[in-house]
Amino acid sequence: MKTNGKIYRISGPVVIISGLNTRMYDVVKVGNEGLMGEVIGIEGDKSTVQVYEETSGIKPGEPVENTGMPLSVELGPGLLESIYDGIQRPLPVLKTTMGDFIKRGVFADGLSREKQWDFVPTAKKGDKVKGGDIIGTVQETQNIEHRIMVPPDVSGTVEEIKKGKFKVDEVVCTLSGGKKLTMMQKWPVRKPRPVAKKLTPNKPLVTGQRILDGLFPVAKGGTAAIPGPFGSGKTVTQQQLAKWSDTEIVVYIGCGERGNEMADVLNEFPELEDPKTGRPLMERTVLIANTSNMPVAAREASVYTGITIAEYYRDMGYDVSLMADSTSRWAEAMREISSRLEEMPGEEGYPAYLSARLSEFYERSGRVMGLCGKEGSITVIGAVSPPGGDFSEPVTQNTLRIVKVFWALDAKLAQRRHFPAINWLNSYSLYTKVLVDWYKENVSPEWQKLRDDAMELLQKEAELQEIVQLVGSDALPEDQQLTLEITRMIREYFLQQNAYHEVDTFCPMDKQFKLLKAITTWGSRAQSSLEGGAAIEDIMKSKSKDDLAKVKFEKNFDAALGVILKSMDEEFKKLGGK
Amino acid sequence: MTKEYKTIREIAGPLIFVEKTEPVGYNELVNITLPDGSTKRGQVLDTSEDIVVVQVFEGAGGLNRDSRVKFTGETIKLPVSKNLLGRILSGSGEPLDDGPRIVPEDRLDITGAAINPYARLPPKEFIQTGISTIDGMNTLVRGQKLPIFSGSGLPHNEIALQIARQAKVRGSQEQFAVVFAAMGITNEEAQYFMRDFERTGALERAVVFLNLANDPAVERLITPRLALTAAEYLAYEHDMHVLVILTDITNYCEALRQMGAAREEVPGRRGYPGYMYTDLASLYERAGVVKGRKGSVTQFSILSMPGDDITHPIPDLSGYITEGQIVISRELHRKGIYPPVNVLPSLSRLMNSGIGATRTREDHKAVSDQLYAAYAEGKDLRGLVAIVGKDALSDRDKKFLEFADMFEDRFVRQGVDENRDIETTLDLGWELLATLPEAQLTRIDNKYIQKYHPAHKAKKE
Repeated sequence: MKTNGKIYRISGPVVIISGLNTRMYDVVKVGNEGLMGEVIGIEGDKSTVQVYEETSGIKPGEPVENTGMPLSVELGPGLLESIYDGIQRPLPVLKTTMGDFIKRGVFADGLSREKQWDFVPTAKKGDKVKGGDIIGTVQETQNIEHRIMVPPDVSGTVEEIKKGKFKVDEVVCTLSGGKKLTMMQKWPVRKPRPVAKKLTPNKPLVTGQRILDGLFPVAKGGTAAIPGPFGSGKTVTQQQLAKWSDTEIVVYIGCGERGNEMADVLNEFPELEDPKTGRPLMERTVLIANTSNMPVAAREASVYTGITIAEYYRDMGYDVSLMADSTSRWAEAMREISSRLEEMPGEEGYPAYLSARLSEFYERSGRVMGLCGKEGSITVIGAVSPPGGDFSEPVTQNTLRIVKVFWALDAKLAQRRHFPAINWLNSYSLYTKVLVDWYKENVSPEWQKLRDDAMELLQKEAELQEIVQLVGSDALPEDQQLTLEITRMIREYFLQQNAYHEVDTFCPMDKQFKLLKAITTWGSRAQSSLEGGAAIEDIMKSKSKDDLAKVKFEKNFDAALGVILKSMDEEFKKLGGK
Repeated sequence: MTKEYKTIREIAGPLIFVEKTEPVGYNELVNITLPDGSTKRGQVLDTSEDIVVVQVFEGAGGLNRDSRVKFTGETIKLPVSKNLLGRILSGSGEPLDDGPRIVPEDRLDITGAAINPYARLPPKEFIQTGISTIDGMNTLVRGQKLPIFSGSGLPHNEIALQIARQAKVRGSQEQFAVVFAAMGITNEEAQYFMRDFERTGALERAVVFLNLANDPAVERLITPRLALTAAEYLAYEHDMHVLVILTDITNYCEALRQMGAAREEVPGRRGYPGYMYTDLASLYERAGVVKGRKGSVTQFSILSMPGDDITHPIPDLSGYITEGQIVISRELHRKGIYPPVNVLPSLSRLMNSGIGATRTREDHKAVSDQLYAAYAEGKDLRGLVAIVGKDALSDRDKKFLEFADMFEDRFVRQGVDENRDIETTLDLGWELLATLPEAQLTRIDNKYIQKYHPAHKAKKE
């Protein structure tokens, strides 16, 4: 493209260029090194560009070129097991081309142009195809079949379709009118991919985390937020979700977070096994890592890059979960750029469009009927890092207006090493009603009552604790002392879960049910013994109660629990009661 | 030869606005010659065809519109060499001691590039500091960034020095090189550090950058970057394990706010700039271990919380970037306990990867969790005792109350030169836990109780 664009002004990641005809969100190459940037404002002859790389040493007058394309990602086989920066440059490729440190001006393809994939056509000559239709498949990893789709804006009749090994940019199918299709398509990140229909979520995302599945479930296709002060366990919770959620694809965005944490994820994921398939977790995962010291504009883009990749797999008919850690860093990137643009600030310096951007992002989640007629979903789970742990700040508040599940992390719980430090009184899930049927069919008809009873007890505990604070626990009537003991068991034996313990890190639904059931059984037996005249001291000495504390760590849970239930039965027979 | 300009249009605080220049690069280093012949240095903050904004490091005193401005055409660089060790430099990198000029082996950009997360090695080598509350409950590992959150009048300097003296990786002879960067601390504090470095011979293995309270605030913005550049050079080019002590991060942030105000930027929380998170990250994130390179950079910064408020933007944003924090408590300090580390809000995020059977001892995590839970419970009970009196407590609760007192008195308290190895720390933990009923040790696996609990251990022996 002919150009006489040049740089007019530079202030950090914001560069103003002149003499170039641009459209909003066009990607431009800035300066002699061709740094990638995106047009975010146009005024007269001048355009404002946010640059995704370091701008030190760049001078006014250097040339600028317009690619004429909006910021897009490459979609096709090879996304899984990848680790990208915020603008889909593969980090391993960057390491080979520029060493251990991220330098600038290096371009790298999102998908490897070298690797060949075995394309198996499912459409045949003469088929009429439209956008979203599946024309063939590629075995991307051992368990994931990558379905090659017609790009959403293309349709026609298949004139020729090939079979065999191809690179992603080689033509595998030709449509009438000469339109050639490759296995790869490009899609602008800021534009949601179209779907046939949005559906209501009706299945839970099973995460193997007791407090989440048990008390505050999120539905597949739903949205959840985890706000919490630093050190309360946001990242560990997000990583647990990425590891154990029962979705087919996981997109994990490390947005403005710690480098060492990302290194840990990169190290760990290839070694962990998916509990469902026994294959390395990495085979179903796409990682996006834009650490806090990487360029701020790329951080802003990373969230869009991630959700676009998630949408692509959803369109194939997969259940996808997306973790964004942390959306506050994304919001801060917006604020930083907005302030460089000297825009009129909204609340706490955040741009006035913060709320709109957040809701646009979360709305890209959902359970949908794809263009190809298959059902897929994206569950979005966003971590929020409120300054000072104060939930009244704009990012938390704007997020809570949109999401349906709120997992409130609590510094107090974290300090006493109650993990996951999710506060059971403040958290909520608006999906519990829609999911009732699923739990009834797949876990137990008793489940709902068990859950509601546990919640009620925990609520009661909070009230009793207030009294205890004033008069001490010995002053309570015996039945209330017992209630406190039962809720302590629920908190410590059921809600606490050790993410670093090989067995306890993942707890299947069936085990969750049995564990909670065992605790409440002890509770009701104890209650009836107490009513039958047994001494509270004797009840408190119950050995089966102490044994229940550790049963969750047992490899052979069912057998161990069986033994405990039996001894519990004997104990209470001695103590009397029903 | 680069041109000199006498086209200063405006001087506002530490900023000068220069017009009618040839194209000048963003972040370029600037030399300014005053009419009296003295020179100052600065950096380009904003550049356009019409006007260039320069921030002057040594302050704007003496500048006038007749001063001459020279753009050097390159960003700020630190001349580095192994001979930096043992040297004392100013906050902008000029030698302050009487030593010879440093002959550079290389000149490195002080901004430093981000480490590719893919090239990082997750930190997991246990560093023994000899302090029980850190080793036992908030373990430091090589490549971590773990700041001390303190307050005015608290002994954070003593703790930092004790760590600098005692820190070592067990079973290895390698020592830490220390890079010490003072930002806006008083001369007296600086003397205190220097004396201790000299006393222990640590100075030979240290590089010191000093920006004192009366040095220009703007200079504070480059001091930590110089220090980290030196640290990275020693770590990645000379295979050294470097411990970086930055003090005080709060002074750095004040300087950042001052610059933001001078530039008339839209302020964020409490007047600090909206980009403070990113700016702090560009310091803190320069810690780590890189695959295939022997050295490492570990950061142990000191941050004094204004008004002891952990939700103040400086500790708050830091806490979101660093891998935990060691919180110093005024309450413990008043009780006369040294080091007054409050373990409850303290945290080391990398602890779990640095401890365990192969690194410290198999029971480490369990003991630590149990100490946390028991101490938290004991502290809660203190509140209750204040209302209902000790007699109203159950026997069990009394045990926990006593535990909290003993924990502070024996586990937390230790001497300034007392260097406890990790076994001593853990055994001490067991000794204290043994005062609680065994059934209350719910965080500890039975097999460890059998092996390490003093009651069982004694039986076996």
